[in-house]
Amino acid sequence: MRRDPEPLFLARETYRRRRMMDAARILPFLGVFLFLVPAIWGGAVSTLSGLIYLFIGWAVLIVLSAVIARVLARPGPQGDRVDDEVGG
Amino acid sequence: MLSFNLLVAVCLVYVGMLFFVAFIAEKRALRGRNRWLRSPWVYTLSLSIYCTGWTFFGAVGYAARSGLEFVTIYLGPTLVMIGWWALLRRLVRIGRTERITSVADLISSRYGKSTLLGVLVTLLAVAGTTPYIALQLQSVTLAFDVFATDQQEGSSTGLLVAVGLAVFTVIFGTRNLDVNERHHGVVIAIAVEAVVKLVALCTVGIFVVWGVAGGLGDAARVIQASPISQWQVQPERWITLTFLSGAALLCLPRMFHVLVVENSEERHLGTASWAFPAYLLLISLFVIPIAVVGLAVMPEDANPDLFVLTVPLAFDREWLAMLSFLGGFSAATSMVIVASIALSTMVSNHIVLPIWLSIKGDGAKLSGDVRNVVLLSRRLSIAGVLALGYFYFRYSGGAALAAMGLIAFVGVAQVLPAMIGGIYWRGATRVGASAGLILGFAIWLYTLFFPSLGVGVIVSAEMFAEGPFGIAALRPQALFGIEGMDPLVHAVFWSLAFNTLAFCLGSVLSFPQPLERLQGATFINIFRYSESARGWGQSGVEAEDLLVMAQRILGPQDAQSLFMQIAREQGKAGYLPDVTPEFLERLERELSGSVGGATAHAMLAQLTGGVTVSVEDLMRVADETQQMLEQQVQLEAKSAELERTARQLREANAKLTQLSIQKDAFLSQISHELRTPMTSIRAFSEILRGTDRIGATERQHYSGIIHDETQRLTRLLDDLLDLSVLENGQVSLNVQPDTLRTVIDRAERAVKSSDIGARLTVQRKHDEEDIALLTDSDRLAQVFINVMSNAAKYCEAEVPQLTVRVGGDTEQRWVDFVDNGAGIPEESQDLIFEKFARLSDQSAAGSAGLGLAICREVMERLGGRIDYLPGQGGAAFRVMLPTIRREVA
Repeated sequence: MRRDPEPLFLARETYRRRRMMDAARILPFLGVFLFLVPAIWGGAVSTLSGLIYLFIGWAVLIVLSAVIARVLARPGPQGDRVDDEVGG
Repeated sequence: MLSFNLLVAVCLVYVGMLFFVAFIAEKRALRGRNRWLRSPWVYTLSLSIYCTGWTFFGAVGYAARSGLEFVTIYLGPTLVMIGWWALLRRLVRIGRTERITSVADLISSRYGKSTLLGVLVTLLAVAGTTPYIALQLQSVTLAFDVFATDQQEGSSTGLLVAVGLAVFTVIFGTRNLDVNERHHGVVIAIAVEAVVKLVALCTVGIFVVWGVAGGLGDAARVIQASPISQWQVQPERWITLTFLSGAALLCLPRMFHVLVVENSEERHLGTASWAFPAYLLLISLFVIPIAVVGLAVMPEDANPDLFVLTVPLAFDREWLAMLSFLGGFSAATSMVIVASIALSTMVSNHIVLPIWLSIKGDGAKLSGDVRNVVLLSRRLSIAGVLALGYFYFRYSGGAALAAMGLIAFVGVAQVLPAMIGGIYWRGATRVGASAGLILGFAIWLYTLFFPSLGVGVIVSAEMFAEGPFGIAALRPQALFGIEGMDPLVHAVFWSLAFNTLAFCLGSVLSFPQPLERLQGATFINIFRYSESARGWGQSGVEAEDLLVMAQRILGPQDAQSLFMQIAREQGKAGYLPDVTPEFLERLERELSGSVGGATAHAMLAQLTGGVTVSVEDLMRVADETQQMLEQQVQLEAKSAELERTARQLREANAKLTQLSIQKDAFLSQISHELRTPMTSIRAFSEILRGTDRIGATERQHYSGIIHDETQRLTRLLDDLLDLSVLENGQVSLNVQPDTLRTVIDRAERAVKSSDIGARLTVQRKHDEEDIALLTDSDRLAQVFINVMSNAAKYCEAEVPQLTVRVGGDTEQRWVDFVDNGAGIPEESQDLIFEKFARLSDQSAAGSAGLGLAICREVMERLGGRIDYLPGQGGAAFRVMLPTIRREVA
């Protein structure tokens, strides 16, 4: 089905918001990368260092997610169809 | 040691408090004061039913056995939560828009409200949740047994807990048949329990790190010295478990219930996206310290699953142990409550109601209260689910907590392909989803569930070793002869691989029914069209029949207010709106919030005569969309066309305005030119007529002036006439052979004959001028005369001099007329060829300013050109001659 014509260029605020949405979509991939690292360590590693690595990585993801969620929770500019995810 | 009775008493008080909190919450919600009941924080805390008794007790045991691997159970959900924007937001929007009541409802609705799929997913959910409920009962019983050291009450604890939970769930979970399927009391109670379990685990953790180990540094040393100081990462298990736990967050019926069904506002998801991972992080923060301290201080044979309880007890911190027990109790009970609500909804909506409807047949719409049937079936389902869990707990082989939990995870994860495919892939069909689910479920049973019951229960030892009927390729834990895989990884790999394959193949090869396609489009485009198109056609059903049915599902009050509202929106008074397709759609959505999409659809279909959606309806919907699109395209084209026309009109208008201004200027100029001689003629003729004593000389003089002015007038009129003829192209040319030299000779003679031309010196090179012409030589001479007399009139030099040069090649010849005057200023060079263009007021010369305009017209007629030639010292004109026919030898 034909998509609604979208503006070619966006206002600065809308543009920021769109990129934040991109960041929200990318973040789980960063998480997958961080959490896949132990799988390639191979052999035995110190539990303590593994513990520290995983929990710090985990905390970083949480902080990033909180920042992104905060930005996205702000109401978008008037008339911005920002909530309408385009495509699938 | 705490007495067992005291423990029971504390438990009862705690449960009583939960009842009270739930009761208050329900009351407040009824009065509409549920703002704080529905905050994002309550939503986040309610998600914590992911952390069950298994988490609370089992994680420490898991860590004591396998080190850091336990953390995968929390990493998977973390990844899903922080990816909320892409997946969970869509799922929640679909759930809210389509009034989805359970994961079975989601799958069934997506694939054309299929009853078969609803039943399949429900069975899968029951099979996957029963071990889980058993697990909770087991963990609570084990915890009780820790305190009931030498008494025998422990054996009946499981039963008591199961009954207690059933009572609580029936009271708060099936209190009302809410149109949104939301349970305020239950949600607030599990939020309280979430806080209790977090506080309990963290308190035990803090006690262990700072109380027992003596600080962070010492705790680190204990970890380094423990049997699990080295972590042997098993990559395939690490990846599989992370994936599995992420899938479980989406597919577990209880998680779907709190994530999607109980979600009151979509924005809560944003807060939960980071707050829930933070909760998980805190819950697992102290697991390793508790495990290593437990391993260090507890005897060899102590059950590591109970370290959370036994470590505080070993240090005589009885109240801490009590808190810890309550935490575990909370974790177990909240999971069981929500799981049984979710399961009972599925069982009643997808199994009991369809059966009841088919038994009652057409009578269903005439008698009995559906609400009672639904509520009763739900209550029975809750009791049934808990009883099933209890029996599983009593008669299963007491496998370790974590293993049972993981088996359940793999079972429910079979829904994942159908779910993800259903919300992202429009081509996913019911056939594909059913094939995938059945195949995945079967492989799960065969490779994981049956073997987990123990060797010899269903799968015999020979079958393990040699496969069924001696076919080695079908050994339950080594399918296709691939050995050496971890049994769990093996089961996940093969079940999900075949599930996905069957799902994709089935979808690609089958053709969906109209309703399936409609639902598919609605689900995929959920962010583009909030209103779904179900395509109810016009039908002969009476609004009154619909009201009767709706009353029996929604209750009289809700149904009447709904009908009244819709009637008002249609502009009608009373309770009976017109039965439009929109009305049917809306009614169906309201009903599906209570009894599930498939059942609501089936009930409406019964009333409307079974006509649901036909290919024609589908085509109509598609056609309307297409027509609208086409109209839009046409409108856009039309508006572009209009704009183009408007622009042309604007240009034409501007040109006309300019022409009108030019015409006005021309008229005023010409009147002025005519008036000046007229004025002189009139004045002097009046003098001649009115004055008797006038001398002959004077008379001579005056009539001379009159004669001159008349001549000037005649010349002007001749010029105008000439120009007009030339401009209109009516001139007839008298073409004859001639030479350039004779033409210039004629022109020179004509100019020299006048007074003013006599003083002009003309410099020529006669030999250059021997060029043959075939043109109207009279007209050409006219041009030359004009140019030459201009030089004579306007050249300011003391001795006016005109140089005539002939240039060009055989193709194109030109004649330059260059005088020795001041020339024409650059800004005026464009103007001189316009009508009435005069650069100075040398009107004495008797020119109306038409000469050069006429020259230009003449040259154009002759096929040549006349241009001003700048940069020659004086005024210079170049006359491009018409193409030369032949040259004189």
